[in-house]
Amino acid sequence: MKTRYTYGGDEHIYVEMDDEMSLDAFFKSLSMSNAVRNANIEGVTEICPANASFQVKFNPDVIAPDQMMERIKQLEHKAEDAEKRMKTRIIEVPVFYQDPWTHETLMRFRERHQDPDGTDLDYAARINGFDSVEAFIEAHHSQPWFVSMVGFVAGLPFLYQLVEREKQLQVPKYLRPRTDTPKQTVGYGGCFSCVYSVRGAGGYQMFGITPMTIFDPQQEISYLRDFMVFFKPGDIVKWKPIDRAEYDRIVKEVEAGTYKPRIAEVDFDLDAFNADIPGTNAKLMEALNDA
Amino acid sequence: MTLNIISPGLSTSIQDLGRPGYFHLGIPLGGAMDRFALRCANMLVGNPEGAACFEVVFMGPEIEFEKDALVAVTGAELPPTVDGEEKECWTAFEVKKGQKLGFGFLKAGARAYIAISGGIDTPPALGSRSTYPIGALGGIEGRVIGAGDKVPLGDTDAIEPGQSVPEALRRMPGTPAQLRVLPGLYWHRLTEAAQEGFFADDWSVAPEADRMGYRFKGGKALEFVEREQPFGAGADPSNIVDGCYSYGSIQVPGGLEPIVLHRDAVSGGGYFTLGAIISADMDLIGQLQPHTSVKFKKVDMDEALAARKERKKMLADIRAHLG
Repeated sequence: MKTRYTYGGDEHIYVEMDDEMSLDAFFKSLSMSNAVRNANIEGVTEICPANASFQVKFNPDVIAPDQMMERIKQLEHKAEDAEKRMKTRIIEVPVFYQDPWTHETLMRFRERHQDPDGTDLDYAARINGFDSVEAFIEAHHSQPWFVSMVGFVAGLPFLYQLVEREKQLQVPKYLRPRTDTPKQTVGYGGCFSCVYSVRGAGGYQMFGITPMTIFDPQQEISYLRDFMVFFKPGDIVKWKPIDRAEYDRIVKEVEAGTYKPRIAEVDFDLDAFNADIPGTNAKLMEALNDA
Repeated sequence: MTLNIISPGLSTSIQDLGRPGYFHLGIPLGGAMDRFALRCANMLVGNPEGAACFEVVFMGPEIEFEKDALVAVTGAELPPTVDGEEKECWTAFEVKKGQKLGFGFLKAGARAYIAISGGIDTPPALGSRSTYPIGALGGIEGRVIGAGDKVPLGDTDAIEPGQSVPEALRRMPGTPAQLRVLPGLYWHRLTEAAQEGFFADDWSVAPEADRMGYRFKGGKALEFVEREQPFGAGADPSNIVDGCYSYGSIQVPGGLEPIVLHRDAVSGGGYFTLGAIISADMDLIGQLQPHTSVKFKKVDMDEALAARKERKKMLADIRAHLG
């Protein structure tokens, strides 16, 4: 890993921990962006952590860009020394795979896809070497995921699967982005899964849909009253496959304000995870089952 | 006291100076695309410079006033009318209770700002009245205005009409429009020939140009330095591991058509960016119509900061002029 510092115009500093994705790069970027936040540098207006990088927006009338750059560079050692451990939560997110709404949408945009004759899941299963779509879906939900970035549009989580690199699922984005994606579509691009928080344009492959609202600007949904955005970086997610009947039931519960996402408080330690991935994941999922 | 929207225009939204602090959640700053014009409009009618105004795109609305107010229209040259009688742009004028504010045809620029004494007083969302339709935040129910909407106004002390921003202190893009760029971010991904070509080529604004981003076409395709793509980035040479985007950053998906992210920017994604438009030139982009000729000009940080200072001085001069 080699850190790269650069300017984004005269109002941003962009720090890339590594050009490839890894949990090590994510942890370092999160630690360093936290160090910048804790340093309370006058003139900083936004701190945005991402998968393997972070960005600081600042007011150059308050602090000169070269001084800002110097202050951030001085914080790198803090990130290197920081414990790669965090208190976080694991959340069960129900997913209705192969649902009729994403199916209708993917058929509508078939000419923009690598494989116009199949579905997004057919294609993803095939290029990742799975015998069946069912086996691919199983690989997608059997092990937990880590929210490594929130963004693109309001409240959209990017998720990275907690498995060895050789087990990571990878799919390209659509050849040309769609102009429409159903709200709460569970998508996939590169090595990242995502949940489209709102309806709109998108380029990720579409696998299914969750009945769980994750962005509510009106803050009327019971679990979004404190804040309109559900996810934050560091959250751990376990997808739970559901059928149409359960999907419909949860949609009604969300609307009625009675749905409570299943959540457990957990600790995540990167070194412990790297030393024993199946064991760490088993413990995470056990915590969820006890919740 | 309210304004009655008789017809909304093409895409008229309520904007102020935006909502900083939520970009890490994918909620952009938003606010006026031409912040200079919004500040001027507010100054002319005695509002705080960041008060909420209407941002009008290409075609003006028709608005009936339920009380006397001062109005100023800045930015694009979109001549205002009061009950059909033409008024000056960049100059404060009165609209009486019961009168209708309308507009003639657009003569130059792309976005006009309508400030009304007292300021638009819709409920703020996350500290701003700016409309962000993708996230359904701000404005009226999170959307652009529509016919039949009633828009509340804040209270104000009476001030005199007739104040005007001198022509020398108005700011509009030239022909071709010049947009200054500070190279950076993933600039190193481009070959030397592509780096030179980007600044040498003639570009024009593509039809896909909105508050989220402005797309440009006409230049040569950009070539990338060859490499094995990093894990997680995706196969295309223009792909990176999804990262944050800077406001004003220039992404070029597939190396083909540059897109400059603007006030309603997506906060991140998987395309390389070659640098960013300097902060002093962001306002100008909001005034570019589709098909406008554009040249990108390479500058260094010192030039970017000097341009920013110059723009601040222009605003200070206007403040001094208006007393």
